Amino acid sequence: DLKSVLSLSIQNIPALRRGKHMGFAWGQGNIFVYETLFKATGSGSPFIHEVRKDEDIYSPILRKLFNESHHIFVGLQTIREDLPSKNKKPQFVSISKNYRSVIRACMEELQQVAGYPLIRSVLLQVSILLAIELIWNLCEVLFIDAAPAGSLLLHLLDWVRLHKADVDEKARDVLQSDSPAEHRDYWDVPGGTQTLTEFDVKWRHWHEEVDRCLQDNSFASNQHLEVLCKILLGDEDTLLEHKDLLGTWYHFLVSRLLFCHPTVKPTELHYYAQSCMTMFLDSRSAPEPLDSILLAAFEFDIHQVIKDCSIALNNWWFVAHLTDLLDHCKLLQSHNLHFGSNLREFLLLEYASGLFTHHSLWQLAVDYFDHCLEFGRVYLELQIERVPLDTERKALKVLRICEQRQMSEQVRSICKIMAMRALRNNRLGSALSWSIRAKDAAFATLISERFLQDYCAKGTFSDLDLIDNLGPAMLLSDRLTFLGKYREFHKLYGEKRFKEAAKLLLSLMTAKIAPRSFWMTLLTDALPLLEQKEVIFSADQTYELMFCLEELTSSLNTPSSDSDKSMQEEDVELTKVELLRLALSRNLAMAIVKEGTVET
Amino acid sequence: MENINAKYVSQKISKTRWCPVSYSSLQQPEVFATGSWDNEDNKVSIWSIGNHNNSGLEDGFEGDPQILCEHKHGGDVLDLQFLDQERMVSASSTGAVTIFRYHPNTHTISVLQHWARAHSYPCDNAPCTALVCSSPEIVTVGEDGRIVVFRADQEGAVRVIGEMRTRMLPPHKESSLKLSVVFVRECRQQHNSRGDLPKDHGALKFDLFIIFLYRAPLHCVDRHPNQQHIVATGGQDGMLCVWDVRQGGTPISLMEAHSAEMWEVRFHPTNPDHLFTCSEDGSLLHWETASHSEMPSFLQGGRNSSVISHGALTPAGGNRPLSSAWLCGDSGKGCLETTHMLPSQTMSVNSLDIIGQCLVCGTDGEAIFVNRHVPV
Repeated sequence: DLKSVLSLSIQNIPALRRGKHMGFAWGQGNIFVYETLFKATGSGSPFIHEVRKDEDIYSPILRKLFNESHHIFVGLQTIREDLPSKNKKPQFVSISKNYRSVIRACMEELQQVAGYPLIRSVLLQVSILLAIELIWNLCEVLFIDAAPAGSLLLHLLDWVRLHKADVDEKARDVLQSDSPAEHRDYWDVPGGTQTLTEFDVKWRHWHEEVDRCLQDNSFASNQHLEVLCKILLGDEDTLLEHKDLLGTWYHFLVSRLLFCHPTVKPTELHYYAQSCMTMFLDSRSAPEPLDSILLAAFEFDIHQVIKDCSIALNNWWFVAHLTDLLDHCKLLQSHNLHFGSNLREFLLLEYASGLFTHHSLWQLAVDYFDHCLEFGRVYLELQIERVPLDTERKALKVLRICEQRQMSEQVRSICKIMAMRALRNNRLGSALSWSIRAKDAAFATLISERFLQDYCAKGTFSDLDLIDNLGPAMLLSDRLTFLGKYREFHKLYGEKRFKEAAKLLLSLMTAKIAPRSFWMTLLTDALPLLEQKEVIFSADQTYELMFCLEELTSSLNTPSSDSDKSMQEEDVELTKVELLRLALSRNLAMAIVKEGTVET
Repeated sequence: MENINAKYVSQKISKTRWCPVSYSSLQQPEVFATGSWDNEDNKVSIWSIGNHNNSGLEDGFEGDPQILCEHKHGGDVLDLQFLDQERMVSASSTGAVTIFRYHPNTHTISVLQHWARAHSYPCDNAPCTALVCSSPEIVTVGEDGRIVVFRADQEGAVRVIGEMRTRMLPPHKESSLKLSVVFVRECRQQHNSRGDLPKDHGALKFDLFIIFLYRAPLHCVDRHPNQQHIVATGGQDGMLCVWDVRQGGTPISLMEAHSAEMWEVRFHPTNPDHLFTCSEDGSLLHWETASHSEMPSFLQGGRNSSVISHGALTPAGGNRPLSSAWLCGDSGKGCLETTHMLPSQTMSVNSLDIIGQCLVCGTDGEAIFVNRHVPV
């Protein structure tokens, strides 16, 4: 029952030793505690313990509740705003019934699981769900369906009967035997062919008849009949004598209304409710949370109902969904809390944040945030980055969520995480692909550098297909463009299209696409082209190459701080330069000759 | 959409597969397997939609899936295929490949074989992203860029085809027909590469060549059951492409199917004028094309195998020069009908399977949908 939920629970952490202090830090939905000793030094335990509230969201049967209600919630949000409210009411009632049927389905499954011997925790959950359904049903009758006088009592009868049937099947039979059949006919009448006042007149007439029979002692012979008569008259004392059959004060209330005031108006309910509760519970000390919630409902104080439910229950599910539905019915005045968002949004945000801590249900929370117009997006931005990205597939789904909502910061951050992971496993192509998706130029540059380093080290490219087909993505970063073009050079060379390859190679240097550090490699790549039998580089091109070489060597000759370049490396460098100079000059000579020759 | 109800199962479903039925019995499938993902404890489960004689079920619950048994699974289930009527293989996000056996008499699942690091990086786990079986061989691909061939009855891997020259982003999906493996490699632009594995793997040759490139990452691929040169793909941009493998180059037809990633595409195994796709956007589409051929579809293509499922072998009779409606190209749009099969506002549909008239699919809303009267 709800009362016990309110009590504090104390959890011992068995692993922490006596006499030590306990340090803690808040996590998301949990607390990390560790052993420490604040003032002294000495050995301590290297362990951190995670303390987690035994949340409902980890129960597999309750998970169905969360998923199904999510589906209903999303459907509710998409009901068109422009319909007139009288068309919407049946829809809202039907949605409310949907929610309740989901609760009932969960209850039934839990009851099956509770089995024998009865598992206490499961029974506790069942009783909480029972209470929730009871409250929701009452709210549906009073607020959403807003039954007027006459049919109000019928609905309340159904409400009590349904709940009574849940709790005690045997009592249901007894109850039915107590209500004589003739009553049924009377109750089909209001809202049917007669108006309320007509019915009221008839009812009073009948009531007086019964009273007269009692006064006349016509039933004096049969004690049971006499008791029955008194009940029909709504005699409080008689009803109270059968307290154990009634079970709860609200059952007493409805019975009393049935027999005394069948045409009760909604506005009169609270008066009767208060008095019935006092009469029924006079032996007890204080009303339980459930009682005060129901009383608040009878008083049509929606905010009090919500407030009390929020305190009494350990999960935001109920108040969030109920408040959302009531808000759609336009029953909540905008109740501004001190940080500005309204009540509905506050509750939905709390609920959804709780969902986000769950390893699997976080996906549901996204839709809830979407429908919180003021702060939903901010919450989502903060939370979505904390979803652990175990697999690529999950990352793709998270990315899709972010991209659909134009959360470019988060997209970039997620792609960077995935790209780093790929880099760590030496999957350069994958890393590049992620940075292209994020449009992260800086990272793309970094990865292109790695590619080029790899090439220098191994002499081949990895992930050729990716680089070959970058398309417009090539322009993301200069280094990436260079990588793409450089690979194109290799392709042209492989296809023996030497002239085009040469032109490309030169343009890489002259257009400053290639980083200076790479020029040596490029010039070395030019060597085989220079040493072909056929002249490939024209004279002009050769001049340009020479210019590049001079630029390069002059910058190399400037005294550099790292004089730890070994003698060998310097030798290699010098040899390369000399080879190049030689090749260039020879090529120049041949080119001049060729260009100067006139074909005859 | 009348015949479809959601069954909430408290786990996000990544794969659903029908247990193969023997073709000769002409039965509709009754048992299916599901794999979960994103749970702290993932599971592989077997469900039945058969009529339960013990039940007290009301009419509305006819065909409601009931769980028969389940087994825990390390890591997300990234792929699940049936080897035969009793054994199924799963690919895990930890890089493991496991063969499970389902015992229908006792309703239990046991592990037959477990290869823990079928795919791995030097310092990390590499998810095994897809697998395909043609009993007794199982071919798996993983994010480490390797293709590994296992035999159901042998301990170690039979053959590892790895570190390919064009090593790339994870190969994502395979569909195999007669030991010729078509798989999809995902990268910024895609490819499909095709290799032929001849049956006697004493001399296992493997030829890898690129068939076509596509501009967005591809996630799923399926071959036409009778005409092996027809391949359908779907990927990140939600477009359904039908390719003719003999021609390569550009797709024969390109259709806007979904508004988000397409996760699975399936040709109907016996009536291949029907195609099914499911996507991240929460929809499952049924594509129906009018066949130009006058022969009824069950006479087209050879089908001598006695077991029908998606991983099964079909003999090479499929090279008949029949024109298929899928090769109509864009002009074929006129003869293509699309139907939504699920109620709106479902969460991402991760997987589907179809045999006969029975369709099963699983979603991220932790629900399974079964439709037993698909009009095919």
